[in-house]
This record gives sequence, C-alpha cells and structure tokens, in this order.
Amino acid sequence: MSVEMAELQKKNGIPPIQFGEEVSGAETLLRCLILEQVEYIFGYPGGAVLPIYDSLYGSYFKHILTRHEQGAIHAADGYARATGKPGVCIATSGPGATNLVTGIATAQMDSVPLVCITGNVAQSLIGTDAFQEANITGITIPITKHSYFVRDIRDLPRIVKEAFHIATTGRPGPVLIDIPKDVANEKAPFTYPDKVEIRGYRASLVPSDEQVQEFVKAVSEAKRPVILAGGGIIAAQAEKELRDFAEKTRIPVINTFMGLGGFPGTHELSLAMPGMHGNYTANQALLNADCVIGLGARFDDRITMGRTKEFAPKARIVHVDIDPAELGKNVETAVTVAGDVKSTLAKAIPLAKACDSEAWISQLKEWKEQYPYKYKKDGDVLKPQAVIELLYNSTDGEAIVTTDVGQHQMWTAQYYKFKHPRSFISSGGLGTMGFGFPAAIGAQIAHPDRTVISVVGDGGFQMTNQELAIVSQYNIPVKVAIVNNQCLGMVRQWQELFYDNRYSQIDLTCSPDFVKLAEAYGVKGLRASTPEEAEAVWAEALAHDGPVVVDFRVAQEENVYPMVASGNTLDQMELGDD
Amino acid sequence: MQQHTISVLVNDQPGVLTRVATLFGQRGFNIDSITVGGTEEQGLSRMIISTGGDDRQINQLMKQLHKLIDVISVTNLSENPFVSRELALIKVTASPSQLAELNGIVEPFRAAIVDVGPSSLIVQVTGDTEKIDALLVLLQNYGVIELTRTGSVAMARSIVPATAAATV
Ligand SMILES: Cc1ncc(C[n+]2csc(CCOP(=O)(O)OP(=O)(O)O)c2C)c(N)n1
Repeated sequence: MSVEMAELQKKNGIPPIQFGEEVSGAETLLRCLILEQVEYIFGYPGGAVLPIYDSLYGSYFKHILTRHEQGAIHAADGYARATGKPGVCIATSGPGATNLVTGIATAQMDSVPLVCITGNVAQSLIGTDAFQEANITGITIPITKHSYFVRDIRDLPRIVKEAFHIATTGRPGPVLIDIPKDVANEKAPFTYPDKVEIRGYRASLVPSDEQVQEFVKAVSEAKRPVILAGGGIIAAQAEKELRDFAEKTRIPVINTFMGLGGFPGTHELSLAMPGMHGNYTANQALLNADCVIGLGARFDDRITMGRTKEFAPKARIVHVDIDPAELGKNVETAVTVAGDVKSTLAKAIPLAKACDSEAWISQLKEWKEQYPYKYKKDGDVLKPQAVIELLYNSTDGEAIVTTDVGQHQMWTAQYYKFKHPRSFISSGGLGTMGFGFPAAIGAQIAHPDRTVISVVGDGGFQMTNQELAIVSQYNIPVKVAIVNNQCLGMVRQWQELFYDNRYSQIDLTCSPDFVKLAEAYGVKGLRASTPEEAEAVWAEALAHDGPVVVDFRVAQEENVYPMVASGNTLDQMELGDD
Repeated sequence: MQQHTISVLVNDQPGVLTRVATLFGQRGFNIDSITVGGTEEQGLSRMIISTGGDDRQINQLMKQLHKLIDVISVTNLSENPFVSRELALIKVTASPSQLAELNGIVEPFRAAIVDVGPSSLIVQVTGDTEKIDALLVLLQNYGVIELTRTGSVAMARSIVPATAAATV
C-alpha cells in the first residue's frame, strides 16, 4: 500500500486494509473504492445491491441517497465535472439500472469520467427474466466507454482498477460495472493490483516532435487564425497552456459551449461561443478565418450546422484531439495531431511565434463592439437575459453555474462570462432536461465553500425537482434560479419560428407554486416578477446560508438570438428583433 | 464505394461480438460479412469483416473500432495483397445418375461432392467470392435447393512485412 493511502486511511479513520483477508464481493468493492480515493457515492439501494449497502453501513463513505437514480447519476456527473475526479454512483438491478441510462448517455456525450455500479440478479437467474433482471451491460453498450459484467469475485479488484483507469484516462467517459448478487456475497482473499495493463488501450497520447512542428508551422503562416477551444481543454487541464499559446501567437479564441471557462470569457482575445446561438463575431471569425485550430473540440453540428463544406470556407483546419477518431470525422482537415492538448501545447509554445494577426484582431474587436449579445429591455417586465446578467454581476463571474436544457441554458452561455474551467456545467452533447439541478448538487458537494447556482427552466426543473429533498437533508446551499416562462420555452421558440406559431403542448401554466414546493421540502423559496424585485430577492438568496429556490417570473415570448436556423449556414444568422 | 476486408484482433470475451456489431449499427456502417474464430494466441479471437465505404469512411470505421477496449488491433487487409477464402455448401437437385456429369463441373473448381442422396447432392467449395459465385451460376442450371456460405477468412500475404500493414 502506498504512503498516501496509509495517510488517507489514518486521516479518515479507516481501519487499515488487510490484503489476503477473506472478504465478500461487496466488501471487496468498497475496499477498492477506498483505494481509488473515492469519497462520495451517489446512489439508491434495492434487492440486488443489498450486500453492497450492508457493507456501506457505518463505513467511511459519504453516501448521498437521492430520490431517483437519475438524480444520483447526474449528481455524480456534476461532481466529476466540477472536480475532474471520477463520479461514482450505485443502482440496483433492473429498474434501478435502467434509470441510469439517460445519465450514462449524458456523460458519454460530454466525455465525463463516471464509474457506475449496478447490482444484478444472481448468475443462476441471469437469462431467466427473473424479477428485476435487466441486461444493463447490453443496454448500455452504445453509451459507455466500456462495461463489465463480473462473473467471479476474483476478477473484481482488477475490474474496478481498470474501470477507474478507463473512465479517467484518454478521452474520459462512463464505465459500468454490473455485479450479480452471488458475486457480491461470495468471499475471497482481498487483493488489489497496483497497475493496469490493458492491451490495445492507449491512455495518453503525447504527439511526436514532428507532428508538433507541423502544427506550429501551419499556425504561424496564418494571418486570420482562430482557435476553437472545446471541452478537451478542460478535460486535459490545459487552460494555462491555451492562454500562453494564444497570447504568444496572438490568436483569438472561440470557446465552444463545452469549452466555456477553458479560456477566460473576459480576455481581450476571447470571442466567446460560436454556432447556432453563438455570437456574430465568433461566427464571422469562422467564416473569414484562414486557419481554424480545433483544440479538443469535435466540430459538432451545433457549430458547423452540419453544413461542413460551407463551414470555415476560407480556412485550413488544424485539429488536435486525444481521440484519433475525432480527427477528420466531421470536417476535412489539413493538419491533424492525435494527442492530448496539454502536452501538444506545452511542446508547441516554445516553438511558436506571433502571427501577423493584428489587423484581424482589430477587425474582430470592431465586430465585437458592433454586435454584442443584446436584448430589448421592457420597463417592469423581467427579461430572462436580465436574470442571467444579474447572476453574473452579483457573483462577478466567480460562481459555479450549472444549467438545465432550453432557452435559459443558451442565455446562460451567452450572458454569464465564465472565467475559470469547471465553472460552467451543462449537458451539451445529449441536451438532457433534468440534468441541471442534480448536477449542481454534485458540484456543491465537491465545492462546499463556493457559490453554486443552478439555472433551470420551469420545464426541466420538474423532471428532477424531487432532489430538493437532498439539498434540504444535507443542507447543500445550492441557489436554484428558475427562469420561469411558464412554457417549454425553447420548443415554443421553434414552433413560433418554424411551425407558424402553432404552440403544440408547451403550456406549463399548471405547474406547482415553486416557492411552496421549496418550502414543502424545508427549503427557502423566493419569487420575483420585476427587475427591482429580482435584484432584491437575489441578494437575499445569496445572503442566505443554505439552499434557496428563486422563481424568476420572466417574459414568456422571448427568443434566443442570435440564431442560425437548422439547415442554414453560419452566414445566415438572425440577429433578432432589436 | 469500395469493398474492404478488415481484420480485427479482439479479446475472446462474452459480448465482444455484440460490441463490434453495435458499433457498426451505431455509426451507420453495414457489415457485408463477418467471421470470428480463434487465433495463434489463446484468449484472442480474430474477426474478418467485409464492408463497403470510401477511404474516409473506412478510416473512421477503423478508428472507431480501435476505441473499443476489447479491440487490440485493426488492419485493413485490402491495402496490401491478401488471401481470402470462403466456404460454401450447395445442395443441388440431382439423381445419382448425374453424378459423373456434376463431378465434371465441380472438379475444375477443386470443389467436391460430399453427400449424395436419392434426389439431391451436396457440393462443397472453398475459394474467393468470385470463384464461388461462378460455380453457383453453373449449378443453378440443376436447381439449387439450399445454399449456405461463410463470410471470408483472410490473411495478408507473406511478402508484405507485418509492420508495413496499416494498423491503427
Ligand atoms: C429529457 C428531454 N426531453 C425533451 C427535450 C426537448 N427539449 C429541449 S428544450 C425543451 C424545453 C425546455 O423548457 P424549460 O425547461 O421550461 O426551459 P426554457 O427553454 O423555457 O428555458 C425541450 C422540451 C430535452 N432536451 N430533454
């Protein structure tokens, strides 16, 4: 056992782990989790995981009993995104396991390291359609980085070790371990491997010097270069390298939605977010650049609009990604580097020199001044964009903000300027409603001393609002900001613009009184309907030492602009009615 | 669209075939044929997969395959000379009196009659796809009652040093 491990055990009062001691599969699992330095487990018990929950009883782990397995996995996901450490969740077999599916797919799409442990029926019952049996490894094949069905307790330590390694290295992602009940009950002498050997799995990719030279050469020739910095910057902890590289080469940086916070939104070279709801300058930069440098970004169709031929039409595309399958997947590239962005940039910085880009930078600056994000103010009517501005100004951009999915999500991405990595947490790839609130719980648990704000819609909040029980029970001081437009806003926007105002099934006027709902859980509830009320109420929320739900009653018929409609290209951008 | 033969070395574990097949479905590729069997090393299986696609698509497919944790190596055999064989069993309408005549047909193909019944017989043939197709055309004149054929098994020719083969 390592020295750190022994220290950790001493610190946390964990009895020293004896190797060779006969223990059950359940106990083996928990010992492995201790050795992986896991502290928090988000989960929900049931028949097939009773042995594991029995071992948890009185153990060192801090287990958060959510009110739904979806809450557990999104909380584990929020914890992982806020820390970079793997999130861990446990669910029982059958319905417990299938309740994890949306959360697993969410983590897979956004490359979030998770270890999901499910129980299953005893092996003697597998395949018999036994009570609460589900083939969860089969169900989740397309949405996990890897998965295991444990047949023998003697394989369990190796599997757990591999699962954490796979989840956290290379392009991170969710790994599932399905443990049948007989394995959890079986006994074997405890062991834990000290290293992982997985043939054929490449965990880290340091690019060769030649590749880096080619990369630097392509970049240095550019006169109108732009960096497209994605979630890979945050996953690789490459924010410092990115900043040094951008400043040294004088290349402006566009942050993709997943990359927000990977480069300070307040920086002189920042062009913020591109794409469907991105800003004019970022999209013009892509349309006019002679070199687009993708760093840990996957050229998603919310940026290319799926029109990859018309995307960045004047540019050579240079692409660095840890996942070789991303290179050339969506767009045609001139130079590719299969490598971790951090080590690529670290090697590139000493070789790089400033580009001849000052004319380009001043052009972009002009656009930035001419076409900022903007909306029409309207007297006493509370505008949703104003709510986000209020959140930003009141926290000086220092809070961790999670969002749900919809208009409020896009407004948050637009109006809150993220300065730090891991401070913006949102379901980008899958666009999972119900994600925001439980993710905030995970983030707040990871950072008890920081302000964590969960911006949610009145629709998505109702998908997981039962987790108010958790914030109440554990006094988790998340500030929930409901941007309440009494409808499924984003759907309403599309119906207005593309379905001739035929508002089909978007009416949420029959929702609970959110203030009373919060109070029913023992959580402080507040409401605001005008800009003045919003300021006062929000100040009260921030000052309150505990969780708060604020119901911001905002204008209903507000649209997210700018907008590039589906099927259009980035140059067909609608700036909005103002 | 070009035809490609991909050789995939995988851990011999339950579920690996499902993972590979799922990947094809998920990424919109078609599997024209697939064979799986043992290898020179215990614990590993080799899959030979025939699929269609342009260079970009095949490149992407190979990279995606390589991302599967149970996949150890992926080689596009079509990039270099390779040997490929299929096996087919063909049941043909024929009486024993036609045996000699049919023998005359199958012999040039180095095929064999491996079963003779009162009104049908079974021809066994190995070879590349074209050869089997050619024999089938001839046998169709007699009436093919049943046909079963494997996908290809394939291997790079020895003249290509193993390291020169494209692997990802
Ligand atoms: C689980 C799930 N179901 C459906 C959708 C489709 N969808 C995307 S945005 C949206 C409306 C969200 O409404 P609300 O939560 O009120 O937020 P708003 O857009 O009003 O800010 C819907 C239904 C989704 N993204 N996720």
